[in-house]
Amino acid sequence: MSAGAIRGRRAAGFILGGLALLLGLAGSILLGAMNYSPETAWDALFRYDPNVTDQIVIRTTRLPRALIAAAVGASLAIAGAIMQTLTRNPLASPSVLGINAGAGFFVVSASVLLSVSHLQALMWISFVGAAAAAGVVYILGSAGREGLTPIKIVLAGSAMTALFASFTQGVLALDRQSLGSVLFWLTGTIAGRSPEMLATVFPYMAGCWVAAWLLARGMNILLMGEDTSKGLGQRTGALKIGIGVIVVILAGGSVSIAGPIGFIGIVVPHMARYLVGTDHRWVIPFCGVFGAALLLLADIAARFIMIPEELPVGVMTAALGAPFFMYIARRGIGKS
Amino acid sequence: MNRGSRWIPYGLLFGCLLAALLSASLGETFISPVRVFGSLTGAGSEAEAMIVEKLRLPRIVTSLLAGASLAAAGAILQGVARNPMASPDILGVTGGASAAAVAFMTYGLGVLSIRWLPVAAMAGAAVAALLLYAFAWKKGVTPLRLVLVGVGMSSLMSAATTMMIVFNPRNDAGQAYTWLTGSVYGANWEQVLLLLPWTAVLLPAAMLMKRHVNISQLGDEVATSGGSRVQRVRFLQLMLSVALAGSAVAVAGAIGFVGLLAPHMARKLVGADFGRLLPVSALLGAWIVLLADLAGRTLFLPLDVPAGVFTAAIGAPFFIYLLYVNRNQ
Repeated sequence: MSAGAIRGRRAAGFILGGLALLLGLAGSILLGAMNYSPETAWDALFRYDPNVTDQIVIRTTRLPRALIAAAVGASLAIAGAIMQTLTRNPLASPSVLGINAGAGFFVVSASVLLSVSHLQALMWISFVGAAAAAGVVYILGSAGREGLTPIKIVLAGSAMTALFASFTQGVLALDRQSLGSVLFWLTGTIAGRSPEMLATVFPYMAGCWVAAWLLARGMNILLMGEDTSKGLGQRTGALKIGIGVIVVILAGGSVSIAGPIGFIGIVVPHMARYLVGTDHRWVIPFCGVFGAALLLLADIAARFIMIPEELPVGVMTAALGAPFFMYIARRGIGKS
Repeated sequence: MNRGSRWIPYGLLFGCLLAALLSASLGETFISPVRVFGSLTGAGSEAEAMIVEKLRLPRIVTSLLAGASLAAAGAILQGVARNPMASPDILGVTGGASAAAVAFMTYGLGVLSIRWLPVAAMAGAAVAALLLYAFAWKKGVTPLRLVLVGVGMSSLMSAATTMMIVFNPRNDAGQAYTWLTGSVYGANWEQVLLLLPWTAVLLPAAMLMKRHVNISQLGDEVATSGGSRVQRVRFLQLMLSVALAGSAVAVAGAIGFVGLLAPHMARKLVGADFGRLLPVSALLGAWIVLLADLAGRTLFLPLDVPAGVFTAAIGAPFFIYLLYVNRNQ
């Protein structure tokens, strides 16, 4: 790709992503079981009158939901992008490598068995679960002479996913009362989450978005190969640990709010790289914007597919993302 | 092959019987093994006879049949894919069976009799397997692509299943969810009769293919020159595996990792000869599921933990161990 073509694509991608994000935010606030007019939404945001029911609904339900979708989508997409760089594997993402499942299991166990309900505590527990899964998968995937091969890390991830999934099922079988409330969350949903949840996790997420962008130059060099990276004076060990921590916080934080939503982390980075090339200083912001937009749109679609019921958005993203995953797997993983 | 391994199948058979006896006597009410025999011959008290015959025995038989079927399905699939990691659950075949079974229970039960449940599950497994083959096909199927595409397939199927459970109009999400983990909870003789005919036909059928399987393990070229019609045999094997896994899932749910664990242990015990591998795998699978169910029933009394939780607790670390052992391949 020539420099001019890349610049053109970046501009196009920027406009496209920005539009999709705005459209998603607007749609998420206006559309649903009740449709609201843009004027009502405008009033609710800027001329809030607590006596008007519509405005209350927008402020307490629709707006938090839109913001949560955007934050979680951006986080998962960025986590996926930097995982794909770290493992040099186009199939890597928080869901495929079992990180979401690990965080999910820890959160379910803590809330069902130990009755933890404090948001801050649940968030940290989710981080721990994500870190445990990520550590095991990374160590297993990189053991052996050839180091990190795609097949090894994907298999390790799917084994961990299966392990955590059945443990979660076991915990839920112990306590059937909580099953109904947890089941929806376990599929991945952003409906009915409280704004406090977002407020708890958001500072960490935002910090990680910035940190990921600051590490972008290092990741560009890492992509050239570990030896080159070391030769250029980069501390690869520290960089990798940094990336790992960011992934754990982004994925763990997302799970603690919205449950294990899959495949955003694999679809979006590929879209972003297609548009803006492999430079992480561009890939990461674009992943943020596209990830937010995609999850917003998926969440809107989830409200309309089975009216009057709402689909868990995790089902939507899996229906979109799993075929994409298979397409990437089929195309051959050496090439990307 | 050493001479001692001849006794392995008998040893396993004995192990299964022992576990069955144990399983019949342990539980919320303890019934000593002697009294178990008594109640089977009609000598014991009515209450005990009722517990043994109506509650525990069907559960035991279902565990044995489902375990044997899943293990045999795994043994066949590992031969077809020539990949030790290939098992019906990792590749999404059991996922397809679960999705179809849940769909059948949600939407089909009013229209069709429960006897069609295994057929529905098999159809789901077959669809998943065919899609898997089609997606992984690119001038042939390599084991690597098969496994990677299978990982995607299994998450697709599990999304479909969860969706149906969440929207189950009869609102028994809990029950369906437990079933999904793989549980023989509440098995009755009806379910045994649902599964038994399939196992009784499919296992011997798989046995009949032992010569072809052994040849195909030598590679496609050797098999072709040995007079084996490779593609047709491979397809038949795949369908047998799918049918075995599907019928087991229909009755006992997606008990994970049995199809991976049992064939591996069997290969360690008796080697790769399919004529010996298959029965030993089946026996081991039966034994594993029975023990898992026994543990789930008794360790956390009065709770009943699905057997699938225990098979995963053993199976997933084992899978990871396999990954580690094969790390240099």
